[in-house]
Amino acid sequence: MRYIHGFRDGKAAGALAQLIRREAKPDRRYHLMEFCGGHTHAVFRYGIPDLLPDNVEMVHGPGCPVCVLPVARLDMAIELAGREDVILASYGDMLRVPASRRNSLLKARGQGKDVRVVQSTVEALKLARDNPDKQVVMFAIGFETTTPQTALAIQQAEKMGLENFSVFCNHVLTPSAIQSILDSPEVRDLGQVRVDGFLGPSHVSTIIGSEPYEFFAQEYQRPVVIAGFEPLDVMASIVMLIRQLNEGRAEVENQFKRGVQREGNAKAKALVAEILELRPEFAWRGLGTVPYSGLRIKSRFARFDAEKRFDLVEREVRENKACQCPAVIRGVKKPTDCEIFGTVCTPRNPIGSCMVSDEGACAAYYRYRRYAEAG
Amino acid sequence: MCLAIPAYVEELHEFDQATVELGGVRSKISLAMIDDVQVGDYVIVHVGYAITKLNVKEAEESLALFRELAETVGASTDALHPRVS
Repeated sequence: MRYIHGFRDGKAAGALAQLIRREAKPDRRYHLMEFCGGHTHAVFRYGIPDLLPDNVEMVHGPGCPVCVLPVARLDMAIELAGREDVILASYGDMLRVPASRRNSLLKARGQGKDVRVVQSTVEALKLARDNPDKQVVMFAIGFETTTPQTALAIQQAEKMGLENFSVFCNHVLTPSAIQSILDSPEVRDLGQVRVDGFLGPSHVSTIIGSEPYEFFAQEYQRPVVIAGFEPLDVMASIVMLIRQLNEGRAEVENQFKRGVQREGNAKAKALVAEILELRPEFAWRGLGTVPYSGLRIKSRFARFDAEKRFDLVEREVRENKACQCPAVIRGVKKPTDCEIFGTVCTPRNPIGSCMVSDEGACAAYYRYRRYAEAG
Repeated sequence: MCLAIPAYVEELHEFDQATVELGGVRSKISLAMIDDVQVGDYVIVHVGYAITKLNVKEAEESLALFRELAETVGASTDALHPRVS
């Protein structure tokens, strides 16, 4: 697998670890937030925390689309799946996420509701074409990496004249989430969370480019390094962040030059802009209501909007009180600070979304962290 | 969700479709989101779509830099021990 294994070379990782130790000044601390859950997993899978000096600490960010989706939205999807003649198409990641009353899409499927796992929106379109007497709804979630595929599906459905296809749109925006963290009282006033710089997401940035981060790098004086997902990418980006902090710079740098340009993917961006628009606000799990942080379907394409087609209403839900997911998502708590982590809440019996997803911080701790603790 | 992987473009088909290969596995993906893809290119694939072309020159430069670093810093140990879950 070319261009994957080369970025997992152990010797180069050893060299980068030495470089990090050399660059990090012993008289200061470095709190670096990896925004993406994909980075959180790479960090733990390859044991990167063990290679870092004590004064360089990784803070885990909210970049896990499954984790930040509010339970109320998942409840709506389950309700949709229960409607007569509806097939709900969902990415596999969502199936085991706990909804209200210990429900989930998987359980709903077990109760006879028609929930299908799709690998791409193309498969959802095929489902609609092959089942003309059913209503096929794509449960669309994700950050900017996954959004253009949704927009493309709506465009395609219009071209194909598919009357029985719609989208339940839950797409969210990375820059708004980062800004919300920097504006949060925990970071700004209370000093509970220190974030000195960000490892920026590489795949999101293949679409939006590096330019959207320039505003808050400057405004909030926090350096951002767009980092690839392989261990050497992550470690090289840590070196770049430490250097910026040492030199008092707060710039956007791009370590993932092999995939990201400043302007991003113009074609994908244009497609999203044609079909989708900003919601005035969107409620995130963990972050609360964030202005202009989510996308909805433009009124011109309203007939493909499942929220309108099925008159869906968002209902208030009570979260499980013991679950610390919201605090984990904000970086305020570590998974191990949660009382039910690893005891009541495990990947087999997840109480919160952070334990389910391949990008959730709790799942990363559960899977990989015990190796380190066992020595 | 946002995880994506570089795959080798083996064959182009009509309607912006292509066959790509990754670690011996072949799959059909869509190129609708990017332009000017040729057989022999690498593309980064996410949920069935290529989201960008891999810039091979930049990738090779990064790899060369890592190799050079490994030699000059002289790390002798294999520092990564991937954990299998």
